[in-house]
Amino acid sequence: MIALLQNNAAPVPDASKDEAQVGRANMQSARMDRSGPPISFLPHTDRKPCRLQNEEHITLPQALVIARPPQSEPPHKLSASWLRNAFAGAALVLATTAPVLAANDGGRVADFLLENGMEVVVVPDHRAPIVTHMVWYKTGSADEPAGKSGIAHFFEHLMFKGTTNCAAGEFERAVADVGGSMNAFTAYDYTAFHETVPPSALEEMMGFEADRMRNLTLSDEVVETERDVILEERRLSIDSDPQAVLDVEVDATLWQNQRYRIPVIGWMQEIEQLNRTDAKAFYDKYYTPNNAVLVVAGDVDPDAVKELAEKTYGKLPRGPELLPRIRPVEPEQNTKRTVTLTDARVSMPNFSTQWVVPSYNTAKPGEAEALDLLAEILGGDTRSRLHQELVVKQGIATYAGALFQGDMLDATYFIIYGSPSDDAKLADLEAAADAEVARIAKDGVTRDDLDQAKNRYLRKLFFDQDERSHLASRYGSTLSTGGTVRDVEGLPDRIRFVTPEQVKAVAARYLMLDHSTTGYLLPKTEK
Amino acid sequence: MRMYQHRGAVGRGLAIPLVVGERIAARLTIALAIFLVAIVFLNISALAADAAMAPQGVKSEKGVTAWLIEDHTVPIITIKFVFGGGTTQDPVGKEGLAKMMADLLDEGAGDLDSDAFQIKLDEAGAEIGFGAKRDGIYGSMRMLSGGNQAAFDLLRLAVNSPRFDQEPVDRVRAQFLSGIIASQRDPNTIADHVWQSMIYGAHPYSRPGGGTKSSIAGITPGDLKAFHKANFARYGLQIGVVGDIDAKSLREKLDLLFGDLPQNQVLTPVADVAPKLDREVLYVADLPQTSLRLAFPGIAFSEPEYYPALLMNNILGGAPFTSHLWEEVRDKRGLSYDVDSDLKHNQHSNALVVTTSTRADRAVETLDVIRQTISELAEKGPTEAEVEASKKYLIGVYALKELDSSSSLAAALVEMQAEKLGIDYIQRRPALIEQVTLDQVKAVAKKLLSGHPAILAVGRPMKGLCR
Repeated sequence: MIALLQNNAAPVPDASKDEAQVGRANMQSARMDRSGPPISFLPHTDRKPCRLQNEEHITLPQALVIARPPQSEPPHKLSASWLRNAFAGAALVLATTAPVLAANDGGRVADFLLENGMEVVVVPDHRAPIVTHMVWYKTGSADEPAGKSGIAHFFEHLMFKGTTNCAAGEFERAVADVGGSMNAFTAYDYTAFHETVPPSALEEMMGFEADRMRNLTLSDEVVETERDVILEERRLSIDSDPQAVLDVEVDATLWQNQRYRIPVIGWMQEIEQLNRTDAKAFYDKYYTPNNAVLVVAGDVDPDAVKELAEKTYGKLPRGPELLPRIRPVEPEQNTKRTVTLTDARVSMPNFSTQWVVPSYNTAKPGEAEALDLLAEILGGDTRSRLHQELVVKQGIATYAGALFQGDMLDATYFIIYGSPSDDAKLADLEAAADAEVARIAKDGVTRDDLDQAKNRYLRKLFFDQDERSHLASRYGSTLSTGGTVRDVEGLPDRIRFVTPEQVKAVAARYLMLDHSTTGYLLPKTEK
Repeated sequence: MRMYQHRGAVGRGLAIPLVVGERIAARLTIALAIFLVAIVFLNISALAADAAMAPQGVKSEKGVTAWLIEDHTVPIITIKFVFGGGTTQDPVGKEGLAKMMADLLDEGAGDLDSDAFQIKLDEAGAEIGFGAKRDGIYGSMRMLSGGNQAAFDLLRLAVNSPRFDQEPVDRVRAQFLSGIIASQRDPNTIADHVWQSMIYGAHPYSRPGGGTKSSIAGITPGDLKAFHKANFARYGLQIGVVGDIDAKSLREKLDLLFGDLPQNQVLTPVADVAPKLDREVLYVADLPQTSLRLAFPGIAFSEPEYYPALLMNNILGGAPFTSHLWEEVRDKRGLSYDVDSDLKHNQHSNALVVTTSTRADRAVETLDVIRQTISELAEKGPTEAEVEASKKYLIGVYALKELDSSSSLAAALVEMQAEKLGIDYIQRRPALIEQVTLDQVKAVAKKLLSGHPAILAVGRPMKGLCR
C-alpha cells in the first residue's frame, strides 16, 4: 500500500456523471477505469488532472471493490502518531516548511495478538468521533488454486450474503442506521472488509465481522446470481476497455511464473465455472482469525478495543495453521517482450514499459525505498524528469510518468509510461523515455534531485495519509504483505536515509531496457 | 466511501435471530448495542451542534467573506473557494476556455514564470489546485500552517495575476487537444455528448466543457486574460476555510488573497432549463456491455420537496446493497455490478438520473426491471420503515462523511454558501430531514417518477427502445 497510497491512483467515478469528462482528465480515463484499488482509501487531492496524470495513468495492482463509491472522499486528517513519526522524518528534509508540531493527544499505535492468533492494530485519533474498522485477510487472488481464478474476489462478494445468525442485509442496515459506510476489496495479496462508523457502533461492527468470518451461509442460488454480478463486473472493468484488455495481457507477459500474471478478477472462462464448493473451500482455508489482521483507527482507546476484540473475534476458534505463503517466483528475464493491442476505439496511442523489481517484502534493506524515490524522480509528478523533459521541454508527450508498486508480497513491478502529443510519434516518445531511464542508470541523481524527491514523497505521505482510513490501510496492507507495524512507522526515516548512490544502483540493476516488457495501445489506423 | 442505506424494516434490526448457548448473550449484546446506537443517533444533532462544527462567518476589511471552522489540533490549513460562472461562461466557439484558464492559473503568475512558480510551490510544501465545472471555477489550497506563509503569496499570485504565457498556454492546449482526440472514438464519450444534447438541447449545459478541436485551437492568451478578468471578482466568490487559523489571521489573508480583485463579475446570464425528457435514444456500438441512463425530473435545494426527494432517491437507488434498484437489478437478478440513482444538482437544472450497465443480451430485461422498479415506487411509494431508516442514514452520514475531513468540511462550507443554506445549516439539517412525512415522500415519488424519462442506451441493437 505504501506506493499505492502515495500514488493517488483512485479511479474515482466522476461525482457528476452527467457532466462530460473533459479537459485533460479524459485522456487518461481510458487507462484507469480498469483498476479499482481500495477506492475509498486512496487519497484524492484537489490537484488538477494534469498533476494526477502520472498517478492516474498507471497500472495498479488490481484491487476490486464490492461496490463502487459514489464519489471520492478527499482525505485531510492527520493521525497523530503517524503524523509525528512522518514529520519527525520530514522536518529534517523539509527545512523550509517545518512547522512546530504540537503532539496532539497522540495515542500511540498499539498492536497485539489475540489468543486465537488474530493480529490487532489500533491507531488512536481523537479529532472526530469516528472510527474505521477493517479486517484484512492474508489471502488474495495470488493465493487461489490453479484453475479457480477469481475465487478470492468472488468470495469477497459472497461475504455479504448472510450468516447463520444474521440474514443478508442486516449488517448493511446496521451500518446505514448509524450513517456509516462499508465496503470490501480484493487484491493480489489480501482481501479486506471495512466499516466507518461512530465509535459507539464499533462493538456491533466487530460482532458482525466476527460472525461472518466463520458463520457464512451460502445457497447455490445466491452463489449463481452473484456470479452473474462479478461477470458483469469483469465486463465493465476489463472487457469494455481496450486499455484494460491490453494491461491484463501485459501482466500475463511480464509475469511468466508469479501468480500476478492472473488478473485479480479472474479469467472469464474460469469465473463462469466457480461454484459454491469452490467458495466454501476458499472460506474454510483462509477465513480464520489466525490469518486475519484487525485494524481499528479513530476515536478509540487501545485497551477498550482490546477488550471488545476479545469479546468478539476472541471467541472464534483458531483455524488450521496455514503454510507460509511461498509462491512461485519469477525466473530471470533475458528478453525484451512486447504486447500490442490495436483497437478501433483508440485514437491516441500510448506505451508502458515494465520491469520486475523487488517489493518492500522481498528487497534488500534500502532497495525498495530507493526504487520509490527513483520513481518519484523519474516520473512522480510534474517536477519529475519524464514530465519536465518530455512534456515541457521536448513537447513530445501529452503525459509521461513512472511508478513503483512497493506493497506486494512477491517481487513487484516498476513502470514507465507515456502518450505522444498529437504531432509526435510513439516510437520517438518511447526512445526519449528510455533515454531518461538510461541516463539515470548511468549518471545517477544529484543530492538536490534526491532531496527534492524526498520532500515530495514525504509531503505526499503527510498530506495524503492523513485520514484514518488511509492510515488503517497502510497498516493493513503492510501487515498483509509481510511487513510489520514498525515498518510502517519507520518508512519516513528510511526514505530520508536513501543516498544518491542507492538510487543509481537500483536503476542500473533493475531497469535494463533490453530486459523489459512493453505494452502498446494503438489506434486501428496508425496516425 | 460507499454509504449504505437501509432497505427493510427498522424493527428487524432488533429481532436478530437467537441461537443457543453463549450465542444468546452475544446476540443480546448486539441487540443492546443497536438500542444504544439508536440513542446515540438521537444525539448526532448534538454532535453536529458541537462548537467545533459550527462555522463562523469572517468578513475582511475589504468585504471578502468566508466561513471558517477552526481546528488547531494539526498544523494544516485547507481553503476551498468557488467563483460562480464556470464553463457556462465559455463564449460560443471558445468552448474549453474556462477549463483551460483554470488549468493555467498555476502555470506562471506575477513575476514568476511557470517553472519558477512550480518550483516555489514545491518549496512551500503546499498544494494548490484549480478546476472549472459547469457552474463555477473551483480553487483549493492545502498547506502547513507553521511559520512559512509563502503558500498564501503563491495562491494570491495565481488568483490575481496569472500570466498565461505562450509556452504553457500552448502546452496545455496540446494536452486538451490530445484529450479530445484520445476519446473521440470512444463510444461512451460520444454517447455522452449525445446525452447532453438530448436533455439540454441548445442550453449551455449541452456544450462540451473541455472544448472541441477547433474551439481549443482558437483560444488565445487574450481570451484567457479576458475570461479571468470577467469571472474572478469578490462578489460571486464563496470561501470555506478549515484548520489551524483563527478568524483574525484569516481576515488578513482574505484581503491578501482576494481583496484586490474587482468587485463584480461580468457574467453572461444563463437561463434555467428543465431537462428534456420523454425521449429514447439507442447509440449503437459493438460493446460487450450496454450502458443505460435514464433521466427523470430533479429538484432544487431550495424547493420544499427537496428533503422528501432526498429520502425517496435514497430508497430508490441512492446507495448500493439496500436500495430498490440494487436489490432488483443486482441482488435478485445479477444483471449488473453497479446500479444507482442520483439527484443531480446544477445551478440551472436538476435531474434524477439512473445509471447502470449490463451484458448486451440482457439489456432489454434490465431496462424493464428498472422501469418496473421505478414505476412501483411512483405508484405505491416506500414504506414508513424505509423512510425512517433513510432518515437515520441521511442524518448520520452527514457527520460521518461531509464533516469528516477538513477537505470535505471546507467543500461543504462552500456548498452551503453557494446554495444559500445558511450558516446554521449543519445544526438545522437533522430536523429538516426528521420532519419529512411518509406522505410527502410518496407524493414526491409520484411527482418525479411517474412521467416518461429520457433514456439513452449505448451498445448493441436492442428491442424495447421504440422512439
